[in-house]
Amino acid sequence: MADGSIGLWTVPLAVFGGAIRVSTPFLFVSLGECITERSGRINLGLEGTLVMGAMSAYGISYLSGSPWLGVLAAGITGALLGALHAGICSLPRVNDIAVGIALMLFGTGLAFFLGKPLIEPTAARLPAIDFGWWSDVPQLRAALRINVLFLVGVAIAPLLYWAFRTTRWGLLIRTAGESADAARAMGHSVLLIRLRATMVGGFLAGIGGSFLSLFYPGSWNEGLSSGQGITAVALVIFARWDPMLCLWASLAFGGAAALGPALQSVGVTSGYHLFNAAPYILTLAIMIITCSPKRTLTGAPAELSITR
Amino acid sequence: MDFGRISRRHLLQGSAALALGSTLGVRSAAAAETTIGFIYVGSRDDYGYNQAHAQGAAALKKLPGIKVVEEEKVPETDAVEKTMESMINLDGATLLFPTSFGYYNPHMIKMANKFPKIHFEHCGGLWADKDPKNAGSYFGYIDEAQYISGIVAGYSTKSGKLGFVAAKPIPQVLRNINAFTLGAKLANPKATTQVIFTGDWSMPVKEAEATNSLIDQGVDVLTCHVDGPKTMVENAARRGAMVCGYHVNQSPLAPKAYLTGAEWNWEALYPKFVKMITAGESIPNFYRGGLKEEIVKVSPYGEMVSAEARKHADDVKAKFMAGNYTIFKGPIADNKGKTVIAGGTDRGQQDPELEKMDYLVDGVIGATA
Repeated sequence: MADGSIGLWTVPLAVFGGAIRVSTPFLFVSLGECITERSGRINLGLEGTLVMGAMSAYGISYLSGSPWLGVLAAGITGALLGALHAGICSLPRVNDIAVGIALMLFGTGLAFFLGKPLIEPTAARLPAIDFGWWSDVPQLRAALRINVLFLVGVAIAPLLYWAFRTTRWGLLIRTAGESADAARAMGHSVLLIRLRATMVGGFLAGIGGSFLSLFYPGSWNEGLSSGQGITAVALVIFARWDPMLCLWASLAFGGAAALGPALQSVGVTSGYHLFNAAPYILTLAIMIITCSPKRTLTGAPAELSITR
Repeated sequence: MDFGRISRRHLLQGSAALALGSTLGVRSAAAAETTIGFIYVGSRDDYGYNQAHAQGAAALKKLPGIKVVEEEKVPETDAVEKTMESMINLDGATLLFPTSFGYYNPHMIKMANKFPKIHFEHCGGLWADKDPKNAGSYFGYIDEAQYISGIVAGYSTKSGKLGFVAAKPIPQVLRNINAFTLGAKLANPKATTQVIFTGDWSMPVKEAEATNSLIDQGVDVLTCHVDGPKTMVENAARRGAMVCGYHVNQSPLAPKAYLTGAEWNWEALYPKFVKMITAGESIPNFYRGGLKEEIVKVSPYGEMVSAEARKHADDVKAKFMAGNYTIFKGPIADNKGKTVIAGGTDRGQQDPELEKMDYLVDGVIGATA
């Protein structure tokens, strides 16, 4: 159009752009949690890990000037928090869900405390790759400015799917998750497998946090996560512990988050609270449709404390 | 936060000693010091609402004989009552500034009834005659500064489309949106303002999405009314749009995109309040003012603001300073075509009707519900 606007096309474009922009933290956290849960443990603390990752990435990027160092720092912070969770859970008679809640509060609290001086400064951001060079529609070009981390996340999903099915490590994780006794009989330490799985899960969740503070929305503040970590943990359950479904679910959540603002921008102004709540309504709907009193969820690892 | 608690424990010991001292008839020298408590709903360095108040608190810290205690991230629930009680009982605060909108009723009113000798000054509330006399509310007519921002935005936009990222459709927010739009229409009668409500005061992802959606619609100048404008300012600047700031000066975040902005000037107001108290006067229960009273101010213009825009904005600013300019001058129609202020009616800044605003003026694209 002559005035540079694209009218109603804004909505599908925003949902598409939002799916790419907003989904990355969901994707990393849910893939991380997928690994942890497949080993037979739930780490609810990933919300705290996400926020700690965001804070440490921002801090390191600000101090060193290199956003990639920040991403690495976020991953390491996440792995350490994962190790803490796994360490506590390896003690006898410790409930992993309770530890997860404690670590969620610990992680967010610590991040707010250490992140206090980071709210004001501006840190170096992650670069974006311009995939929209072929288009002369500026809106599309903006939506196609994609961050490498998103592509990495998209690549990890099929890789994990393949690894769970065909590699030795995948088999070990699944064995620990399905039957701890079988893993022990094979001569493996279940606790060690779960420690590693939780650390890898934390590493990925930390990187998801670095995306929030270093790319989009792109600065550190205390409202940054607003529950995205905990949403991503729930997302694993209705993605049936399947990495590929985690990918689609994350994209759907990202798109749903963009729906509310996009509809308002084209003039659909009534009920914006409802549209803003779209991701949560989606969660509830899927949970209700898929639940059954007669059986446990298909695909649920048998060792999980919620299915046992 | 945790350091605050440690010092509070020391203060508890200190005040116990003080109480003991006074029963023995020995007045402590510390009585000469006035303690003032500031309560913020968010973080003190958020480049926004809370930072503006913290700058005011910082101005008080420089005054002799004044001690400032602060607590951040206090939710608008019973928690703020506990904070107020502990500031009064443990820190010995005699003047409190609970700065967030939702602290006023019932929380601050309840505390004001409970502690009749303590002064409470609330930002944004509507003090009425039935409320306790030791409580007061103050606020700035920041719509005057938004009006100036609107004029500058109207000259600067190429598409004629302005964007407003807003939190909730409450009167203060609607008044800012309307003033911004009316200002823009002075410069460009065809200008429109597209508004997006995010639903809450601090929603960084929603604010970023709203910013992107607006720019996708062809909006090229944005402003906002949320607690921390940093997300909007940075994301808009990255997309090559221009911005008008809010709460404090955000030009360090986007020096090339920052046109001007509507800022609070609490660092001028709070020392005035303290002077009134030390002089033995009482602060008026209902205190309001705008540019003239130095409660709000306008950010310095960015370099891309044209000479024409500067001149027009400065002219209007001069009229505000002289105290003879009305923004909401009838006839004004809302964006559904209904007349909300009849021709010949001037709603001056002090008009209480304006504090009940529930409409968006003609030129705003959006709805209040």
